[in-house]
Amino acid sequence: MTDTSKETTKKPKRVLSKSKRESNRREFIRSAVFTAGVVTLSLAGFIPILQGASARLRPPGALKNLLDEQDFFSSCIKCGQCVQVCPVNAIKLAELDEGVGIGIPYIEAREQACDFSCDGLQCVLACPTGALTHNLDYPADARMGFARIDKPKSCLAVQGKGVKGIARGADYKGLLRYDEIDRWNPIPVADHPYDIELCDLCVRQCPIEIRITQCVEKEKELEQAKSSGKLARVAEQFGNECPPKHAIEMQQIDNGDGVLRMVPAVLDGCVGCGVCEMICPVEGDPAIVVDIDKVTEWA
Amino acid sequence: MNYIKESLSQVFGNQPARPDKNEQSVELKDIYLSKRGTLTKESLAAVELEHGTHVFKKWHRRRWFSIILVNFLFLISYKFDVQLLEGAMTASRFVGFHFADLNSALQVMLAYKHVVLNLVIGTTTVFIMWLLLGGRTFCSWACPYHLLSEWAEFLHLWLVNRKLIKNHAFHRKTRSVFFVIFALLAILTGYTVFETISPTGIVSRAIVYGPGVAMIWVGVLLLFEVFYSRRAWCRYVCPIGVTYAVVGTFSPVRVVYNAEACHHEGDCRKICLVPHVLDLTIRGRAHEVNQDITSDCTRCGMCVDVCPTDSLNFKIKGLDKFL
Repeated sequence: MTDTSKETTKKPKRVLSKSKRESNRREFIRSAVFTAGVVTLSLAGFIPILQGASARLRPPGALKNLLDEQDFFSSCIKCGQCVQVCPVNAIKLAELDEGVGIGIPYIEAREQACDFSCDGLQCVLACPTGALTHNLDYPADARMGFARIDKPKSCLAVQGKGVKGIARGADYKGLLRYDEIDRWNPIPVADHPYDIELCDLCVRQCPIEIRITQCVEKEKELEQAKSSGKLARVAEQFGNECPPKHAIEMQQIDNGDGVLRMVPAVLDGCVGCGVCEMICPVEGDPAIVVDIDKVTEWA
Repeated sequence: MNYIKESLSQVFGNQPARPDKNEQSVELKDIYLSKRGTLTKESLAAVELEHGTHVFKKWHRRRWFSIILVNFLFLISYKFDVQLLEGAMTASRFVGFHFADLNSALQVMLAYKHVVLNLVIGTTTVFIMWLLLGGRTFCSWACPYHLLSEWAEFLHLWLVNRKLIKNHAFHRKTRSVFFVIFALLAILTGYTVFETISPTGIVSRAIVYGPGVAMIWVGVLLLFEVFYSRRAWCRYVCPIGVTYAVVGTFSPVRVVYNAEACHHEGDCRKICLVPHVLDLTIRGRAHEVNQDITSDCTRCGMCVDVCPTDSLNFKIKGLDKFL
């Protein structure tokens, strides 16, 4: 054969020239350095976790155990399908500054809380991996955090003040669903002025409290329907289940100065959705915040 | 030669098997012999001239169209609520059916150590889809980073041509090492470490949800590919490519090489993302007259476009038996 025979030699090991061996050696070293570099960079993703900067308010059903969000981080496939279905755009995806948490959903309650206006927990249904666990059926089952009166002195109700006008300013972009205005579409908070003698927005807008009120009314209607002999439609009896416990209420306080003052008190039914933190009309930091390291015991 | 064994061997970084002289058929040997000396530079130049320019030809156009279409569908499904293809490249829903990227799903399963039904459904769907379409077809026909990397490669080759820079190759086994490292990191740490730096996920999310800081990392990667090492991420790092290459090993969609038509001028190897799969186009290196390209091939079709003598073509294995 001709020169092809050189390439098709039967010898299993071909003797390499000195320069070829040298270039192979360089390639090996280069590859090792490259590998070490890329792996080190990927490990830098743990820095935010070690700093503890990664704990945030997560969408309903997020797999987490108080401050330990490791299960949530590992089970999330970082696709953002939860982001896409949220009617109030409450869910955002974390950036590279969250390291290995990149692409994981979180909620910035003060900007836009989860007000459950989807009713059916759409984000949970959209999640392909169960990172948002399917163990919950209704908003009242969620355990995202627990609200706390952070700055009682700045609370308008404690000061005996009311709210007149737009709660968070005309430039505020956040949305909420106001059932009496549109049952199906959330509207900007900026389009919904209030006129309230004594501020109770955190209670008034609490999705759990709203639902409880609706349930009470529905029950009355059902009673009336029964007594008047009409049978209520089955659809009216089911749906977004009635929360078993109250989440927040206004309690009167007495300073002895004759001014009507109230303070919101967070109750066992709070799911930590963050609407109270969002709607709190205090400028700057809200009087009420959601802690993520505390949740109500699962029923 | 066993196609599956040889494919997996090349995917994990081994050199393509060199044919044994006794293994080659008389027909193949005759082809090599008969063409010896008959091809002058002039005749090759004439053949190439007749073939015309290979820039942005048929398969190239189709492929870019496919990448752009897929990622555009992701974008409009969210931005305009079309709901055709919701999610991002890591996991999505195509008209309601769960789709999960095999490597992302693998990372999640290794880190989380539970398997959720929806993920199994999504993974199975995607496995079957890419099994039918060719495995690493994902890389060159859907991956958004591939397109960016292709542009970086264009710049890289232009600079190399002007002798301004030199390409630095890594060992191809590096990619297998990365695959193992990232799998182990997922198991040991319980976090999907690879996703932190995966440009496929980052670019896909940037397209759908808007770009962020992470795109800086992608930019650094592209600069690395332009100035230091050609297509470094796809060739030497990406475990997604390894995963789909394994799937593609069992796929009927392949590029087939015909030794008779080949003039061994090597244009195909120059443009290929994974040129080792085309080593068989070197004179004397083929095992058979008609031989399938191994599964590390991304079925991008660049070699099919560039070959002036039609010696590389797409085929669907077994289709001729049906027709």
